[in-house]
Amino acid sequence: MVHLIQLPAIVVDGLLKRYGQLRAVDDVSFSVEKGEVFSLLGPNGAGKTTTIEILEGLRQQEGGTARVLDLDPWSKGYDLHKRIGVIPQGFKFLDYPTPREAIIYYGALFGVRVDPDEMLSRVILEDAGNIWFQNLSGGQKQKLGMALSLVNNPEVIFLDEPTTGLDPQARRAVWEVIRKLKNEGRTVMLTTHYLEEAEELADRVAIMNHGKIAAIGTTEEIETRYGSGQKMVVKAKDDLLEFLKDNTKLKAEKGANGTVIISLRDKDDALVALGSIAESGTDWGDLTVKRDSLEDVFLRLVGPEARSEGEGT
Amino acid sequence: MCSSGWSDPRPGQRGRGPSLAFSLHRLAAELRVYARGNVRSREGFFFTLIFPIILVLLFGAIFAGGGISQTTVYVQNHDGGPVAAAFISALNSTSNDCSPGASSGLCLRGVAVDQNFSQYLSSKSASDGIVVPEGFSAAYGANQQVNITLFGNPASTTSAIVSGITSEVVNAFNLHGSKGVLGIETRTAVSSSYKYIDFLIPGLIGFSALTSPMFAMVNIVSTYRRDKVFKLLSLTPLTKTEWLLAKILWYIGTTVVSFILMSVVGVYVFGAHITLTLGIGLFLLIGPFFFVSLGMLVGTVSNSPESAAVVGNLVTFPMMFLSGTFFPVSSMPAYLQGVAHLLPLYYMIDGLNNVMIYGNYSPALFDGGLLVALSIVVFALAVRFFRWRED
Repeated sequence: MVHLIQLPAIVVDGLLKRYGQLRAVDDVSFSVEKGEVFSLLGPNGAGKTTTIEILEGLRQQEGGTARVLDLDPWSKGYDLHKRIGVIPQGFKFLDYPTPREAIIYYGALFGVRVDPDEMLSRVILEDAGNIWFQNLSGGQKQKLGMALSLVNNPEVIFLDEPTTGLDPQARRAVWEVIRKLKNEGRTVMLTTHYLEEAEELADRVAIMNHGKIAAIGTTEEIETRYGSGQKMVVKAKDDLLEFLKDNTKLKAEKGANGTVIISLRDKDDALVALGSIAESGTDWGDLTVKRDSLEDVFLRLVGPEARSEGEGT
Repeated sequence: MCSSGWSDPRPGQRGRGPSLAFSLHRLAAELRVYARGNVRSREGFFFTLIFPIILVLLFGAIFAGGGISQTTVYVQNHDGGPVAAAFISALNSTSNDCSPGASSGLCLRGVAVDQNFSQYLSSKSASDGIVVPEGFSAAYGANQQVNITLFGNPASTTSAIVSGITSEVVNAFNLHGSKGVLGIETRTAVSSSYKYIDFLIPGLIGFSALTSPMFAMVNIVSTYRRDKVFKLLSLTPLTKTEWLLAKILWYIGTTVVSFILMSVVGVYVFGAHITLTLGIGLFLLIGPFFFVSLGMLVGTVSNSPESAAVVGNLVTFPMMFLSGTFFPVSSMPAYLQGVAHLLPLYYMIDGLNNVMIYGNYSPALFDGGLLVALSIVVFALAVRFFRWRED
């Protein structure tokens, strides 16, 4: 009996790229399975774009290996580009073609016949098919970028910060297109500094910082592995904090807005915490139990400064 | 995987290995999208169709009326006698003025007697001349009929002026002697008489072939790089050669359109003399070829649109003013003529002058050959040094 082993769509091992003294990509390794949506998450300057451009064959790595669809992106770029679709960061195009004309142009470059109406429909851009590119809105431009990246019917699609600078409505429209791509079984590699985007779209996430992978896995795996577990948050005065410290082994700390945060290692801790709150006789309210979100983990791994920098661009 | 919306007319293409073969299909697609952009852009429309007409109208109007105001008349005196000397002196006294700033009049220049006069006129691209025959003085003194030979172009206004002045002098001599023995034998010179507008048309065609591609390419290369459009294109099968050839074809087209517009305005508004020959086609092809390639090369060495504009201007402006665009190079000081001979645009304009005005095909062939060689080198360098992607 013959077992066919399906190779991952993307394999990266020990990738290295320097700009002068700066190690923009420093010993990065990961793989992306076929049909998977994989997101590189990180602040500006983390090395996301350099990594994705190496995989697209636009830059040459200095060390390590990169394979996309079992091809070396740099030396076999011409073959690879027929099988991948790309939207570079800050997608811009020629000023005057309409989306319809741009799709036909791209089809001619790739030597494929494309139905522009069909493509426009796929990216939800039917209503702007005859507007010059320079007059399209930011969201419409990004959608055209997605349409162009699909012209050659690619197996792998690289989206480098596809929603940066878009308003929430346009962003969600682009997400809708990305979900469609996943449903069609295409492999999608996405870089973003929007946590919500990665959580919404990605099967797996890699958090990059200073050129290195700081965490990798599903969002749940990352939250579990790098988060600090479940926490009980209760609105109460400081005397609850004193009571817990004096009478229990629970780890508690003062939170924001007059709250006390109690770390829960297991279910027993939760019961002890509830009992202690009742026993303390203090005035309390607004009790919630939560665990670290991807954002909490992200902040812990890359620092709050990097987060705010990423949000701002 | 969903594949609706696509059909591949070249099944089996994938996995064949690297294929950088030239594709007319891709070239046509690139040309179409670039042409459409230029037609839709107001700047492109203005510089392609309106600007050439404005240039001809503006410069034609500035120098309307006579253009090259001073008329040189070559005189060959085969007679050493006093009457011949008096005759030439009389011609001189009419309106002789050879000073550089002369606004009108004739400038008489002597020609050695051992020169073939017709060939000499041709070599000077001149049509007006007078030959005083041997024995002129003796015949006049002996009341024998003797003719001077007047070379000229019947279609030229300057030849008509020269003829009129010469007739006046001849009549004066006949009246003075009261014998009526002096006559004029006219001969048509091979060379034509030229007006400023005649030189302006080839100059402005060269100007158009230089400026449109140079400024456009320098700008495109730097802004496409800044906006990552080249990165985008590098992810398609389009090659750099196809991309550049599409631009060359477009600018050949615009140069031809400019040529037609300028020629029509020049001929019908200012009465320019233009000879349509196949040789013009060579320069309309090779000029844009060279300057598109040069523009790409200049854009390649610049890091930003701003620095590209500076470098582009540094390359373009000296050529624009020193290559015979607005004035014949021969009217410039000798040291500037030396500089002009180092500029590629000079050879385009000189070549156009040779084929459109003088009908001198040998020097035009040299001009064209030199430009072809330069174009091939610059094209190869542009493709070699321009990079879609970074390492």
